[in-house]
Amino acid sequence: MSKGDFGFSGKPVTDVTIEAIRRGDITLDDVRIHPETLEMQAKVAEANGNPQLAANFRRAAELTSLPDSVVLGYYDALRPGRSTADQLTAIATELSSQGAIKNAELFLQAADVYARRGLTAK
Amino acid sequence: MTPNEPIGRFRFMNEQRVNLDGFATPAPELGLVAFDGPNDPKPSIKISDGRVVELDGKSESDFDAIDEFIARHGLDLNLAPEAMAIDSLEFARMLVNPNDSRKDIVRLAAGMTPAKLAEVLSRLTAAELVIAMTKMRARRTPSNQAHVTNRSDDPLLLAADAATAAAFGFRELETTVPVAGDAPSNAVAVSIGAAVGAAGVLVQCSVEEAAELALGMRGLVSYAETVSLYGTEQIFIDGDDTPWSKAFLTSAYASRGIKMRVTSGGGSEALMGGAEQCSMFYLEARCVALARAIGSQGVQNGGIDAASVAGAVPGGVRSMMAENVMVMLRNLEACTGNDALMSESDVRRTSRTHPIFIGGSDFINSGFGSIQRYDNMFGPSQWNAEDIDDFLAMQRDWGVDGGLRTADETEVARLRKRATDAVTAVYSHLGLGDFSQTWADQAVDAAGSKDVTAGDLMLPLNAARTIMETNVTMLDVISALAENGFDLEAERCLNMLKARVVGDYLQTSAIFDEEMNVLSLVTDPNEYSGPGTGYQPTAKRQAEIDNIRQQKSVEDLRNEQKIFASQNLRVRGSAEISYDPRDVVIGVSPATGREIWMTLSGLSVTDVIGELMAGLEEEGCVGRIVRINDSLDLGMIGLTAARLSGSGISVGLQAKGTALIHRRDLAPLANLELYSVAPTITRELYRMLGINAGRHAKGATPEPVRNPYSDEAIEARYHTKVVSLVAIERNCVTNASPETLEVV
Repeated sequence: MSKGDFGFSGKPVTDVTIEAIRRGDITLDDVRIHPETLEMQAKVAEANGNPQLAANFRRAAELTSLPDSVVLGYYDALRPGRSTADQLTAIATELSSQGAIKNAELFLQAADVYARRGLTAK
Repeated sequence: MTPNEPIGRFRFMNEQRVNLDGFATPAPELGLVAFDGPNDPKPSIKISDGRVVELDGKSESDFDAIDEFIARHGLDLNLAPEAMAIDSLEFARMLVNPNDSRKDIVRLAAGMTPAKLAEVLSRLTAAELVIAMTKMRARRTPSNQAHVTNRSDDPLLLAADAATAAAFGFRELETTVPVAGDAPSNAVAVSIGAAVGAAGVLVQCSVEEAAELALGMRGLVSYAETVSLYGTEQIFIDGDDTPWSKAFLTSAYASRGIKMRVTSGGGSEALMGGAEQCSMFYLEARCVALARAIGSQGVQNGGIDAASVAGAVPGGVRSMMAENVMVMLRNLEACTGNDALMSESDVRRTSRTHPIFIGGSDFINSGFGSIQRYDNMFGPSQWNAEDIDDFLAMQRDWGVDGGLRTADETEVARLRKRATDAVTAVYSHLGLGDFSQTWADQAVDAAGSKDVTAGDLMLPLNAARTIMETNVTMLDVISALAENGFDLEAERCLNMLKARVVGDYLQTSAIFDEEMNVLSLVTDPNEYSGPGTGYQPTAKRQAEIDNIRQQKSVEDLRNEQKIFASQNLRVRGSAEISYDPRDVVIGVSPATGREIWMTLSGLSVTDVIGELMAGLEEEGCVGRIVRINDSLDLGMIGLTAARLSGSGISVGLQAKGTALIHRRDLAPLANLELYSVAPTITRELYRMLGINAGRHAKGATPEPVRNPYSDEAIEARYHTKVVSLVAIERNCVTNASPETLEVV
């Protein structure tokens, strides 16, 4: 097995067929990207002169295991005036505990900058 | 003229369409200036212990959120000292020097601050920007994106128009909604239509950030673009985001394997009243640096929604193109504006697009309105359905690949039918709604939503609600397609889902070709290094560019003439010299009555001859029709005829309708009267020509005749036909002596 051969669920992408979909055997997790694939794409981005794109793919890899609603909730928490610095720090802790270290760093940095620039919840 | 009224010349000029556009006196304090705003900083960077402590003249403690994010994430700090030390003009020259590779340039640009790149790009002239774009864009193969929307979110029309756009070659389709709640229905309809039209067409539905991501997570769209960035902190916050929330959003898309790019564009901060006395271009430089910093693979910019603001100031159009090149310098995908209509003038809007069109970008338009202007729910685009044939002709004129191709009418009709059938089947299967046959028939035929009168305006909203409430995903759509016999479309939709698992289309500038190969910075890198390098269309692609549906061959015109062929012009025998002073010879060209029967004005050759004969008769002369077989030159035809003529006067007539009066003692190329613009000659004028020839024969004074006036591009309309008709005439030239004809 190499990159992109299996979905987030671990099901080989070759098993994702029209027939399987019609049988109801396929879920969105079967056609969702696997974190290892994102890591591989990060290496490709690095090799093509874009470490920031690579960093994005690595943050993304951490988010693959979070449910859609949680991801959308975290996004909302980062919008201006939505969270106090403490709340952002708390999310960072939550993310760290789930192994999402890079996203945790992003939230910690946001907590710091938002406090300084008045972007936290009043 | 009243005292306060301008003189006629200016009244006339004021009425021209360009004067509907607003032109602003630069107001730097409002950000109404393209380059060099009063608050634009000088480029600088200070790094201490691997940390940026000064960026473009601002020290760390004064960093706003945008500075902060760029400083912490966006720059290659190892390279920065070297890159920032390069003279800006020197670096600008590298952008147009074929010997400096794109790779080296993007490597150095990664160490340059926003102000530095703004300074570099402000040094390029328009022509240099074209070269820089040709060289610096990430993907070798250019492409294009279409808007597919309509006023009523009509799913059938959306699907038919999406299939049509795909048939015309667009590789990304962007839809949006006049009614926010309709979005899921639009996403489904356009995705189905795209799959009907071609394989590998990417689809997005532009709505509020979180809602757009939710559609992507369900697989209902395959990329996102309207993730907006702004160049000042205040306007960024007004847009209800921060660099951190945008960075997170960017990762959220990637975490679901969905391609995305951000949107920015000069003038938006001035438009929103928060430019902080900076130039549009400098603020855009911040946006582009931030786009790279947050890890977006690409940027849609070049004015965009504020294109008219940028277009209103001196150099504004150049700055919009420079914005695009800046994206390329940051090694990102460039979706190059030419989106919102920035002028009422066809000349100005073409001028704004043309350098980008010939330079070539990842997407020439970040939204070519593939539908009519009135149906574009983003507002009219710079290019619209009204202009598709113009765009195709421009591609052909310059041999340029602007991403479009000619679509066959019967094929488009078939695709539109199939698209509406597929949507009807899927909506019914999933309980989203039922369409009447009349509605479907109207959607297939419609040139726009005004042609669809049988639609149910509530259906899209109900369908959208059901999609959300019953959690319909692309898997359900695929299943419904397959259940109803749309196997090809089911397969194509499935392949778009599988592409998310593989992730190759997350890389910079990725699109799919129709065999589902990814073309991107990685797989199809632009390595332009001067003439003979870089993108060259394949022979197949060149043929698509060249063979527009309107082109006609000599053979086509020969066949067209055959439709009008008749037997009413007969040969009576060889033509002799006459000594009758009333005799006026009408000399006709070799193809007359053989291969050419219809003149360019739409009168038949025999009708023209009839008018000439009648005119001569009015003056008491007798016309004699003689075909001159040994020359197609009208002067020689006329002169030869005049030498046979008893009066010494002749009328010369080419079968295409050009006519003159000649006299036997004149030089071949001289004449007494000439009707040179055949397409505009009327029956009355031919009659007048006959009358005047008669008067010349009698030695009376002819009435002066003027060629009819026209401000139309008569030559553009007819010159290609003329070339073919002349070729047909040439084929009929023989050594045979003149022969008398009669109309029967």
